[in-house]
Amino acid sequence: MRIFSSLALAGAVALAALTSVPAAFAGETMVGNIMLMDIWSKKSPAGANVSAGFMAIMNHGKDADRLVKATAEISPNVQIHTMVMDGDVMKMEELKNGLEIPAGQTVMLKPGSFHIMFMDMPGPQPEVGKTFKGTLTFEKAGTVDVVYDVKAPQ
Amino acid sequence: MKKSGLFSLVLVAAAAIIAAVLMTFGLQGSGTSGKLTADIGGPFKLMSSNGAVIDSTTLKGKPYAVYFGFTHCPEVCPTTMAEMTEAYEKLGDAAKDFTTFFVTVDPERDTVEFLHDYLLTFDKRFVGLVPTMEELPVIAKNFRAVYEKVPTSDGSYTMNHTASVYLFDGDGKLTATLGYGEPEKARMAKLRKLLGVASPAS
Repeated sequence: MRIFSSLALAGAVALAALTSVPAAFAGETMVGNIMLMDIWSKKSPAGANVSAGFMAIMNHGKDADRLVKATAEISPNVQIHTMVMDGDVMKMEELKNGLEIPAGQTVMLKPGSFHIMFMDMPGPQPEVGKTFKGTLTFEKAGTVDVVYDVKAPQ
Repeated sequence: MKKSGLFSLVLVAAAAIIAAVLMTFGLQGSGTSGKLTADIGGPFKLMSSNGAVIDSTTLKGKPYAVYFGFTHCPEVCPTTMAEMTEAYEKLGDAAKDFTTFFVTVDPERDTVEFLHDYLLTFDKRFVGLVPTMEELPVIAKNFRAVYEKVPTSDGSYTMNHTASVYLFDGDGKLTATLGYGEPEKARMAKLRKLLGVASPAS
């Protein structure tokens, strides 16, 4: 009985591990101890010449790292920004010293929060369903090529 | 995966609570906004993205909405515009004369032509208003709206600004505001009330 339940438990653990693998692999990019997931950009209104990029940044290392630079083929001027609501006022700020990714933690770049800001886009952003390329540079992990999926606003 | 799923659920719940709190106290909470009183809002007379001056006194009898934003805005403004576009679709005929004015807080970059093209993406009931640099502080003060230029490292700038949508009735009186991130149900209820539309049975 005991062996059986241990086996069942082991089986369940193995199954859980297996089923979680594909999700962890989807759209994942690694550089050093940094793992990037769900890299996307929101389609901006037609006339706009700015857009934003989002992703999850996981630091698997024992030391904090820092996202210090971003580039993208759609913009000559890419910045790392944060956005906060102060009452009913939206405040946006460039993170001039970059964005810290604490050891063992995940930092979410998402609408209404941290984002990669694509300024002064010379042409239209690629359509929904298309992609564009960029790079991210981390203080310790170095520079990595990334691909943004363009998604609809809603 | 399970853990991160639970984590995001907690995040969403936390965000919802924060949003609800902001919604309740947002206007009263921030010192610049003041209370929902009759003296917030028009009249205004400003150049529009349609190339003609809009005089709010000609809007008598027609409810309207006012939003302060700028086109170099990556998140709040397009999200709000998209939500209002969706609201228009849901409101149907009742909103056919309901205009949403997008007042740019960045007239240096948002020219009449630029704002016109930007708003084309959304519903045609969005009308841009382009105050001069002299008119901007006046209309912002009248609406208790705040805006602030924030320099960026490339010598350019971005803007902080009030992110709520102001709703005015046919007498030009402020009746409610829609907060950024306010749940759709609450937003639709305020819009239906403003336009005198019965809520759908649920």
